[in-house]
Amino acid sequence: MRAGIETTAMDVLMVRLFDTIEESNMAWIIAADRALRVAFGKTLIDLVPSYTTLMVHYDCRVLSHGEAHGRIREALEYLQPADTQAGQRHEIAVWYHESVGPELQRVADRAGISIDALIRRHCDHDYCVFALGFAPGYGFMGLVEEALATPRLETPRRKVAAGSVGIAGRQTAIYPLPSPGGWNILGRTAVPLFEHARRGDPLLKPGDRVRFQAVSRDEFEAQGGDTTPLEERP
Amino acid sequence: MNDAGTQGMRVIQAGPLAMIEDGGRVGVRHLGVTQSGAADWVSLYWANWLLGNAPDSAALEIVVGGGLTLEVERATRLALVGADLDARLDDTPLVPGKSFAVREGQRLVFRQPRDGLRSYLAFPGGLEAPEVLGSRSTTPRERLGGLHGDGQPLKVGDRLAWRGEPVDPRSIPEGLLPPMPQPGCRLALVPGAQIGEFTGSSLYAAFNADWRVDDRADRMGVRLRGPQLMSLLGSMISEGIPLGAVQVPPDGQPIVLLNDRQTIGGYPRLGALTPLAAARLAQCLPGQEVRLVAVSRERAVADYRWVMRNFSDGGPASR
Repeated sequence: MRAGIETTAMDVLMVRLFDTIEESNMAWIIAADRALRVAFGKTLIDLVPSYTTLMVHYDCRVLSHGEAHGRIREALEYLQPADTQAGQRHEIAVWYHESVGPELQRVADRAGISIDALIRRHCDHDYCVFALGFAPGYGFMGLVEEALATPRLETPRRKVAAGSVGIAGRQTAIYPLPSPGGWNILGRTAVPLFEHARRGDPLLKPGDRVRFQAVSRDEFEAQGGDTTPLEERP
Repeated sequence: MNDAGTQGMRVIQAGPLAMIEDGGRVGVRHLGVTQSGAADWVSLYWANWLLGNAPDSAALEIVVGGGLTLEVERATRLALVGADLDARLDDTPLVPGKSFAVREGQRLVFRQPRDGLRSYLAFPGGLEAPEVLGSRSTTPRERLGGLHGDGQPLKVGDRLAWRGEPVDPRSIPEGLLPPMPQPGCRLALVPGAQIGEFTGSSLYAAFNADWRVDDRADRMGVRLRGPQLMSLLGSMISEGIPLGAVQVPPDGQPIVLLNDRQTIGGYPRLGALTPLAAARLAQCLPGQEVRLVAVSRERAVADYRWVMRNFSDGGPASR
């Protein structure tokens, strides 16, 4: 596997595998993640995979830059893509409603379709989990079909409720915790993403696939969902 | 060890921000969980060293002071290192960089910054708090860590307990404790791979201008004000962000990312401050002038190893 290895900090190297976001990247990112963990062992402080890269933070008290570089080269030399079918497939129930999904209308209008059609189409695709970031257990997923792609809000909300499901560009995600955010919010899920992450075992992992399922308010409440409307935008 | 439930100190007044921090969360950034931990880790390490603790033991990170008042309920020995926040033990001024005995009924008050921004108060054996993802560090944004494990800073009525017993007093050998950063302080930066994507005039400005610490400065990051820097990259696909990363958003004003930064992000970067420089920046108040100085990776690692030697076998602890 050809990889770029770049200096990112005193004790951090960036392994660059790709230049564009593709679902097909994930088999390689996952394989590289495993191989790098083995290659570095206890000298690894943190390994942060993302869409096209893996950031390697190693212990510079025991490894020199040259040694770290060498371990990366060796780990990637005969890399084979991981079996992506090994990733989990999650079905996540979402209550799509304007009280908890205030951008349903905006996204539907941009696509020139009804809200019902938007919901159907958001649910009509297995999304790939590309990366975790932004908050504990927050998975960046995609790709949303081109027609539904919607830029972030010009002014981010001060607070987006936990469980909010949103779209930004061609990506979709769930907020595990209440936090500021600029994504277009379509609905809400009761799945406790934060609690999973807090235990160190996130529900969504890179390479997993996610399919959303529209549920009624009653079903959402039965799952423990919070129906408090999303705060007004500031 | 204390008996379970034994308390030792009570928060009488909370001040603007005091939180439990330790060496931070390690090995969890792939979960989207931030590093957290003491922003001026060098001061944390020395505060713990003074008490014979493991250097990354949990202590209080006290920002600004602003009236934080703690009442001692059980006599012990504490250590204070970092900013001079005009701290008093009853009426006695406390000089940072030393350990001191406290008696039942005495009050510790932290008033206002006189030199530096963050002070570290260490306790024998480290503070008691639930470990969350391997650390007691408080991260309010993530609702992780701290006294109750839910990411909340100290509040009135909280009671602190510690995990060990006091040891014989020791003092930091002359010249080892770094002073708080002074105006124009130089922050060492290891240039990153994207540095070539900045315009020539931006690179000249980056390393020759006086940068002013902006009001928008916290444990996530510190914005610097100065000449506008231009990158030819625009925005990039998000990738991992190291401690001290100097990222440049479209407005051209760099942001130095500290302990509570997000784990991935997509702005071009000049490089990253060394961990020692990041700790120094964390002590700078808004308005302070700083300089960025490019250093080689090798030089940065050598400086880091030199400091870390103090806290390992053969350091001053064992001399």
